[in-house]
Amino acid sequence: MFDYETIRVIWWVFIGVVGIAFALTEGFDFGVSTLLPFIGKTDVERRVIINTVGATWEGNQVWLVLLGGAIFAIWPAVYATLFSGLYVAMLLVLFALFFRPAGFDYRSKLDNPGWRNAWDWALFLGGTLPPVLIGVLVGNLILGLPFHLDQDLRTFYDGSFWALLSPFALLCGVTGLLLTTFHGALFLKWRSEDVIHDRAVLAVEFLGPVLVAALSAVMLWVFVGIDRPEITQMAGTEAPSNPMHKTVIGDGAGWIAHFMQYPWMWLAPMAGLGGFAMAWWMGKGESRMGAFLFSCVGVTGTALSVGFALFPFLLISSTDPNSSLTLWDASSSYSTMVLAFWITVIFLPIVLLYTRFVYRIIWGSVTEAAVLKDSHTLY
Amino acid sequence: MFGDDIVMLSRMQFGLTALYHFLFVPLTLGMTFILGIMESVYVMTGKEVYKDMTKFWGKLFGINFAMGVTTGLTLEFQFGTNWAYYSHYVGDIFGPLLAAEGWMAFFLESTFVGLFFFGWDKLSKTQHLVVTWLLAVGTSLSALWILIANGWMQYPVGAEFNYETLRMEMTSFADVFFNPVAQVKFVHTVAAGYVTGSMFVLGISSWYLLNKRDIGFARRSFSIASAFGLASILSVIVLGDESGYTEGETQKVKLAAIEAEWETEPAPAGFTLFGLPDQENQETRYAIKIPYVLGLIATRSISEEVKGLKDLRAESKQRIKNGMLAYADLQKLRTGDTSDSVKQNFAVRKADLGYGLLLKKYTENVVDADAAMIEKAADDTLPKVAPLFWTFRIMVACGFTMLFIFVMSFYYCATRVADQKRWLMRMAVWCIPLPWIAAETGWFVAEVGRQPWTISGILPTHLSVSSLSADQLWFSIGGFVLFYTVLLIIEMYLMIKYVRIGPSSLHTGRYCFEQTAAAH
Repeated sequence: MFDYETIRVIWWVFIGVVGIAFALTEGFDFGVSTLLPFIGKTDVERRVIINTVGATWEGNQVWLVLLGGAIFAIWPAVYATLFSGLYVAMLLVLFALFFRPAGFDYRSKLDNPGWRNAWDWALFLGGTLPPVLIGVLVGNLILGLPFHLDQDLRTFYDGSFWALLSPFALLCGVTGLLLTTFHGALFLKWRSEDVIHDRAVLAVEFLGPVLVAALSAVMLWVFVGIDRPEITQMAGTEAPSNPMHKTVIGDGAGWIAHFMQYPWMWLAPMAGLGGFAMAWWMGKGESRMGAFLFSCVGVTGTALSVGFALFPFLLISSTDPNSSLTLWDASSSYSTMVLAFWITVIFLPIVLLYTRFVYRIIWGSVTEAAVLKDSHTLY
Repeated sequence: MFGDDIVMLSRMQFGLTALYHFLFVPLTLGMTFILGIMESVYVMTGKEVYKDMTKFWGKLFGINFAMGVTTGLTLEFQFGTNWAYYSHYVGDIFGPLLAAEGWMAFFLESTFVGLFFFGWDKLSKTQHLVVTWLLAVGTSLSALWILIANGWMQYPVGAEFNYETLRMEMTSFADVFFNPVAQVKFVHTVAAGYVTGSMFVLGISSWYLLNKRDIGFARRSFSIASAFGLASILSVIVLGDESGYTEGETQKVKLAAIEAEWETEPAPAGFTLFGLPDQENQETRYAIKIPYVLGLIATRSISEEVKGLKDLRAESKQRIKNGMLAYADLQKLRTGDTSDSVKQNFAVRKADLGYGLLLKKYTENVVDADAAMIEKAADDTLPKVAPLFWTFRIMVACGFTMLFIFVMSFYYCATRVADQKRWLMRMAVWCIPLPWIAAETGWFVAEVGRQPWTISGILPTHLSVSSLSADQLWFSIGGFVLFYTVLLIIEMYLMIKYVRIGPSSLHTGRYCFEQTAAAH
């Protein structure tokens, strides 16, 4: 029904969709957790904030689990190289995520203020460290990672954790945190009233311009300051997946030339910057849903910019460019991709449908009165 | 090719984190069904007490569920972080199963769990009941996909090695899905989960009854747990997964090790009830045998024989030699000699390639292995017998003790005298840990019994690891020990606190502490 090349491109799109869904949904969950100790001054205020995401954060986090699972299934070599190479960074993300389920579920199960305050900071860490680390990770995807493959296709990492923290990658980490916090502030603004609503507007007002500036700086840096590798020879887009059958030079025509080759790709960075700018403009005023939707455009544009910039690379090797992994030579077999395609085509709409149902049921502003009324059942 | 310490540390970390994860999974599996049953009774009878039961046991379920989510994420990460070569080598088969679990099951349970807790006033009775059942179905479906993945590691069907991509690739999804080992494993494991939930509810309800508090609430919980528990424990025992142990070489080795059966016995084999396995001399001393029983359990027939370890080792040795030839063919293919004769030879021999890879532990080049190395590799195919022999018996003993408890509870419930049997209720309280002991020992048997393989007969454990340093592994193990210990203390503290408060924690005004408070 498809040829191998087509299904490889389809899956590049699908994994992009899952990644964007993760950034959009868990993005605001993270952001709300980051803002929690600052916007919530009293226990009830903090419970209001927690309960704006309390009923749905768990479903949102499945996008992350699925992103991992999909990469495992579709690009096994990428999964192997990324997770083992960035061992310490990945474990730090994991450890930070540990704080979330227990933080949400256990925090309000005891009345002790010390206990509750400790969990608030745990939730803060659980919502703040992952976007920083994922930002650093994305920065390193653009810079390239120091790894090589041997003749058995075993992957070896040639760098250290500290080497990941280059100035560019750190800027990406800060940008990642700004992005989730801004996105989360708009979500919180939408789902709260009175004092929390007002403080969320203040956060939006302050974070918007900083985010746009940081994102612009990242883009500028990429276009003028970083080399883009280029494939000079490869086995073909239909060939069996073996990353060792190509030649890659470390310093190609550059990122601008790559975007010029497919000018429609410029829409992505424009949507990223434009989306956030509009979200800021509307968000500091009355708009709730509109501002949040523009923030979604911003998140999507930003994520697409990364994907488009790297295409057809998935993981660039900075020390052995020939070992770089691309969607043409690091994918799983044709039949596995087709199988996974059908599973996705059937279940993606079902998942979206019931997720929408759940959001419709729980939707509405969370207020202090509601938290006090259901004090023993709410988070 | 890697230091033994890297392999040992990686195994230790995975084993510890997986066993830890499985402290929470079985309770989740069981509790969701029990919640579904309780709420169904509520919707059918309209009696408020069943709603309270759903909410209270739901609270305890929630404390447990949070830990299940936390520790499950670890396992998904670890395939990539710690078992990178494994991920590359079998990602084509293993990955889609995990992805399917995400799409079909994990989304379902995680999306509806929020509505279960927060949807009581926002949904109609029936709608909420449907949500609870979707949660239950989601958790069991989740187990289905994970156990198909695990079943494939025990008995890898529907896949073959591709020399162009240097990895295993799926050839038949139907074979992978309907893998007989996976199917029995699924039934056995989810039923064990249902037993865990039942034992938990039964034990805690007994404690309330012994203390003469919240009698109506506790008695109803007790009867639901005894009925559901009896059905579940019967499924676990009758559909025990020994029946899957006749498929595939490694499963046979596992079975022989569990039975400490060194020599092949004429059919039908006897079951060794007790004995002292002696690995060095390859014999089991002081064995007490029950005739016929093993043959019946394992082969479901009286005419098929159960192979002994010595014969299985001889078979493995032959496959190792054949695997060396397969590896030589692969070398030729890899260096560009893709003539038809090489391809044909490889196609015939590649089923034994994994056995050839066992030699990588002793010589990087495989093909130059000497006789002594082959003997060592053949020894490696036999797991340590005594730990398997004993853990299996602990699991079975736990199972039969629980069978006794559930039979008696069910019988006394049916005859309406359960309240008077204080010995039984005391026993139920003390036996709360049994399902966990059984589950953990069961996994120990299944996974340690598979060694030296991660994928039976395909990929040896020592080749599956990531290229890491011992420092990195100590960092992660240290982190897990720290976080998991703290989280376990917190979880147990909350669980015990809420068990002690009991249904009074719902603040309905109907339960014991609230009434004493009102009386004062």
